[in-house]
Amino acid sequence: MIWSKPNIQFHESKPAQAEGLLAWLHIDLTLLSALLILIGIGLAILYSAGDQEFVLLQKQLIRLGFGFVAMITLAQIHPDNFRRWSPWLYGVGIILLLLVILFGELGKGAQRWLDLGFVRFQPSEMFKLTLPMVIAWYLAEHRLPPSTSRLLIAGLFTVIPVLLIAKQPDLGTALLVGTGGAFALFLAGISWRLIFAAGAGLAAMGPLAWYLMHDYQRQRVLTFLNPESDPLGTGYHIIQSKIAIGSGGISGKGWLNGTQSHLEFLPERHTDFIFAVISEEFGLVGIIALLTLYLFIILRGLYIATQAQDTYGRILAGSLSLIFFVYLFVNAGMVTGLLPVVGVPLPLISYGGTSLVTILAGFGMLMSIHTHKKLLPT
Amino acid sequence: MPQSSIKNYLHESQLFLGRAIAASALVILLLSVLIGRLFYLQVKNHEHFTTLSQDNRVKVEPLPPTRGLIYDRKGVILAQNLPAYSLEITPEKTRDLEATIEELGKIIPISEEDVQRFRKLRKQSRRFDSIPIRVRLKEEEVARIAIHRHRFPGVDVKATLLRDYPLGVETAHLLGYVGRINEKERQIIDTSNYSGTNFIGKNGVEKSYENMLHGQVGLQQVEVNAKGRVLRVLENQPPRPGDNLNLFLDIGLQETALRALGDFNGAVAAIDIQTGGVLVLVSKPGYDPNLFVEGISAKAYRELEESPDNPLFNRAIRGQYPPGSTVKPFIGLAGLEYDVVGFHQETYCPGYYQLPGKEHKYRDWKKWGHGKVDMKKAIVESCDVYYYELARTLGIDRLHEFLYGFGFGHTTRIDLDNELPGLMPSREWKRQKRREPWYPGETLIVGIGQGYFLATPLQLASATATLANRGHRTRPRVVATIEKPDGAIMESPKIDDDLHQLDPEHWEQVIDAMASVIESPRGTAHSIQSPSYRIAGKTGTAQVFSVKQDEEYDEENVARRNRDHALFIAFAPIENPRIAIAVVVENGGHGGSVAAPIARQVMDQYLLGDTPVTPPGSAQ
Repeated sequence: MIWSKPNIQFHESKPAQAEGLLAWLHIDLTLLSALLILIGIGLAILYSAGDQEFVLLQKQLIRLGFGFVAMITLAQIHPDNFRRWSPWLYGVGIILLLLVILFGELGKGAQRWLDLGFVRFQPSEMFKLTLPMVIAWYLAEHRLPPSTSRLLIAGLFTVIPVLLIAKQPDLGTALLVGTGGAFALFLAGISWRLIFAAGAGLAAMGPLAWYLMHDYQRQRVLTFLNPESDPLGTGYHIIQSKIAIGSGGISGKGWLNGTQSHLEFLPERHTDFIFAVISEEFGLVGIIALLTLYLFIILRGLYIATQAQDTYGRILAGSLSLIFFVYLFVNAGMVTGLLPVVGVPLPLISYGGTSLVTILAGFGMLMSIHTHKKLLPT
Repeated sequence: MPQSSIKNYLHESQLFLGRAIAASALVILLLSVLIGRLFYLQVKNHEHFTTLSQDNRVKVEPLPPTRGLIYDRKGVILAQNLPAYSLEITPEKTRDLEATIEELGKIIPISEEDVQRFRKLRKQSRRFDSIPIRVRLKEEEVARIAIHRHRFPGVDVKATLLRDYPLGVETAHLLGYVGRINEKERQIIDTSNYSGTNFIGKNGVEKSYENMLHGQVGLQQVEVNAKGRVLRVLENQPPRPGDNLNLFLDIGLQETALRALGDFNGAVAAIDIQTGGVLVLVSKPGYDPNLFVEGISAKAYRELEESPDNPLFNRAIRGQYPPGSTVKPFIGLAGLEYDVVGFHQETYCPGYYQLPGKEHKYRDWKKWGHGKVDMKKAIVESCDVYYYELARTLGIDRLHEFLYGFGFGHTTRIDLDNELPGLMPSREWKRQKRREPWYPGETLIVGIGQGYFLATPLQLASATATLANRGHRTRPRVVATIEKPDGAIMESPKIDDDLHQLDPEHWEQVIDAMASVIESPRGTAHSIQSPSYRIAGKTGTAQVFSVKQDEEYDEENVARRNRDHALFIAFAPIENPRIAIAVVVENGGHGGSVAAPIARQVMDQYLLGDTPVTPPGSAQ
């Protein structure tokens, strides 16, 4: 229903001219409308969470502007080009990651940025796009489901950037990139048996991961398991966040009336913890409405994936949609105390630049895949 | 393209569709888990988190009441509250206390004494209390701290009202002082009423009237942000300030008495005979009570405590001195009342007295004796032999009974803390405390106010007032009226403990003899005779140093500290008694020459007002 209904509306209600313009711009109106609604809501919430400062909104709007330019630009490019560029982009990305580790600036105790003189650039961010691209490219060359040897190589494609990013250390991004790769493999059709085996393997890796973690990362995990153990230190975030959400109740305290956020009890309320502000001010009703909107976007993305003309497009579109979901789930899970605290923003709502542009760029690729129809291979 | 390729394509498309559906199912499943979690937080535990959220945002702050002021009878302010800035540290919020103190010392001067006092206070405080490291900051110091404040978490400049005693040493013992509440006091106070209060009366009027001076705490519900800054007041219940106290004390008289004591240590107590109001209560030497308000340094305290002059000791109500000859009028009255002697009945004084069959000679101060002595002469010239005889005749039981009625041997129950009862010995007392029988010789020396007999200056003044009032005993009191914050004025209760009815003639006879102490040329206090009003008085000398049998007391050769205490009691005017006074001059020598003139100066000023009252200190 959801997948097809917007298309029908599209054909029925829009005047031919607008339809023509959007088609000419390779824009998927359904997806665009949903994104615009989400972004509009996001700005309203940011206005509240950011203490009603317009400066914050202005900066966010400028970033959104960049994001939309990226989206529309990418939508114009034929998916075949993405496929051809995939290995090159991946290779360049790996080199940049190595450069970050070699020469990266210190920022927030972690090396993430690469200063190219005129622009500061976070190479790990591009892997959210290029990793699904390269896996789709590699697996789509051959018959699916992939053979074991090809699967191992595809797995290697995933593990290399994930380890490099985790080393920066940027656990949040590594997690998103890793799950992006995993989803690509999943969509390519690896057997369920292998999936369960991999899951079991990952669980077994837990202790090893613990051993490799930095102290602050371990602290986060410990705090996640028992936030009350350190109520004024690392547990403070999650305790205050739960208070904000819980006190919101069913209908919320109302827009601009969240006491937890406006009285500054909730830390990082306009960035990573904005989900708690929404829950506090709009309650369970508001948050379910918002999650429904997210779900609509994700399902629309998966629908686009199923409609794609080739395997590359399918895997890429599907992976991008699922990465978007992972963003949402990891952030909401962290804020509600289901998952440990990892620095992942709430997609399209949290204040902050890089991921906003990446996500919109990803939707640009989705639109490109959806709007560049080609004939079935003969 | 081969056929297999198309099949392959279809197969892959099918495979992908399956995976997409599985992914969608996973997405929906995980979102359901998320919504379940939100339901758990927002619906099931909503109340719990609402409470936490309220606790976060709403703080109840106590509003400490302003302590009541204390005035003398003429409205001169004796205790007030002055705004002052202090630099305070909350140890709990400080990372490195020692480093913080050291760094602060580079910004404003912090002396070793300040640090010591801080450590002392810290031991008595709780972790989250803020403790002053420097008090009474200058404006410039406040500004300098403000610039650097961000470097010091847990360090604050606090504007507080500090108790101030503008007359300092003059009122030290009477008023006492306030100080920081210590652990012991914390256990007995009403903690909610003191939730915003740091200070409590430690002694003197400040302690005995603590309940009235303190007032009632107010409460303020405020909304605060995460940094603890108050954003708005939700509810306000203002505090009720403490009551103001108006004392009977006349600070002008107090100053005069203090000045009149000169270089001597001692005590002066003067009572308004009609009301029992305490006009003067001096204990010298004193100390500066203002030092104690913000905590005195250990060193300064040790100096005060170890001083041989004992400045912290309130001699007026705790100094227990042998009353010496000042008790003679009272014992004379006892003799008349028990009818063991007539006023004009004579006895012979050879300069000493011997119990029948005993060798021991009880000496008179006058070596060669007074010759023939009746009661009047015995009082005027202070003959000891007469009183040895009278005491023996009366016996210790009657002496005890009669003098106890005048207030000797028990506290006057003045409205001050820590008063001592003196000692009026009795057989019973000796059996209990010394496990010994009473010896007749001990009765003799009680007759001249020596031996076990001890009295405080306040007791002497009170007994004198009773005498002046012909048996009406009015309990001495310091506070005259209590002024409530709403302006209502409460009189402190006048409490009378009357003596048994005595023969009116006996009063007049004894008072006549006391008048002659001043008016007769042979009187021991003749030098203080006043042309303007008539004084009744009695001198006394209390032995500090016991003279061995057959040895002479040589004033010049006795070290100053072992010299006799000089005493004097008096009331005036005789016709219409208004003021009763007792003076004790430690190591002063003779009551007549040293103690009596002090009493005269105080009485002159009270009755004649000849010395203009100097506006004391910088009182507003």
